Amino acid sequence: MARVVVDVMPKPEILDPQGQAVANALPRLGFTGITDVRQGKHFELEVDDTVDDETLAKIAEGFLSNPVVEDFVVRRIDQ
Amino acid sequence: MSRVGVITFPGTLDDTDAARAVRYAGGEPVALWHKDADLRGVDAVVVPGGFSYGDYLRAGAIARFAPVMDEVVAAAHRGMPVLGICNGFQILCEAGLLPGALLRNAGLHFVCRDQKLRVERTSTAWTAGYADNAEIVIPVKNMDGRYAAAKSTVDELEGEGRVVFRYLDVNPNGSLGDIAGISSPDGRIVGLMPHPEHAIDTLTGPGDDGLAMFRSVLGAVLA
Repeated sequence: MARVVVDVMPKPEILDPQGQAVANALPRLGFTGITDVRQGKHFELEVDDTVDDETLAKIAEGFLSNPVVEDFVVRRIDQ
Repeated sequence: MSRVGVITFPGTLDDTDAARAVRYAGGEPVALWHKDADLRGVDAVVVPGGFSYGDYLRAGAIARFAPVMDEVVAAAHRGMPVLGICNGFQILCEAGLLPGALLRNAGLHFVCRDQKLRVERTSTAWTAGYADNAEIVIPVKNMDGRYAAAKSTVDELEGEGRVVFRYLDVNPNGSLGDIAGISSPDGRIVGLMPHPEHAIDTLTGPGDDGLAMFRSVLGAVLA
């Protein structure tokens, strides 16, 4: 068994209005110095030993992200 | 009489109006169920709006794997006309039948308004009944309607004249190039965010500008 983390982020060139809304709210809460926020998705998968990296990449690219507008990173977390 | 399938997923909202629009246009609507890998011999398919599977993960991301969608994709590749409206457009993009993606509206608000559009491509199965550059008003109502794609994709769509509908006066969601709807190269597959099925009768909509879309396809399947 292993824990696999998949982080999905909007591509840099894609407008992220949700991230902008968060960034704009920070000064109103008294937090300064944060110049930009990008908002994405974080998935945690519990996988058994039969699931190889190639399969994980297929899952991340073909389902968890939309490669047209999003980038993804797959990481295995040691337990 | 031409038979036009209307798909229902869990969370679909506009299947009843889409079926009514088919009937108004003179076709026979055929209910299709997301779990059935069967198009029941229809001549064309409408993928209607709503929030299939609650829009979980991304709008349309889960619906594209429904058994009925395998049949829609296969039939579309054989040239069967397919129209994706709103969530249906999102599903067709996720399924790879149309390029690009629909993202959260730039203003972060759900937008619901009567929207003016220009019909820029009439050589499609779904727009042949409109005059070139016709200006129409049909409702738009969505949270995730911002059309996005790689610049090369948008350039290709523009260059090949595949932008079928463009927002006029107001861009309600920040879509690139004011794009409201696009088509496949052969014009058999069309997707748009606004809702033609809500504008088929002045009693229940802002007008009947949407009806020509459903009439157009009846002509296309006979041709």
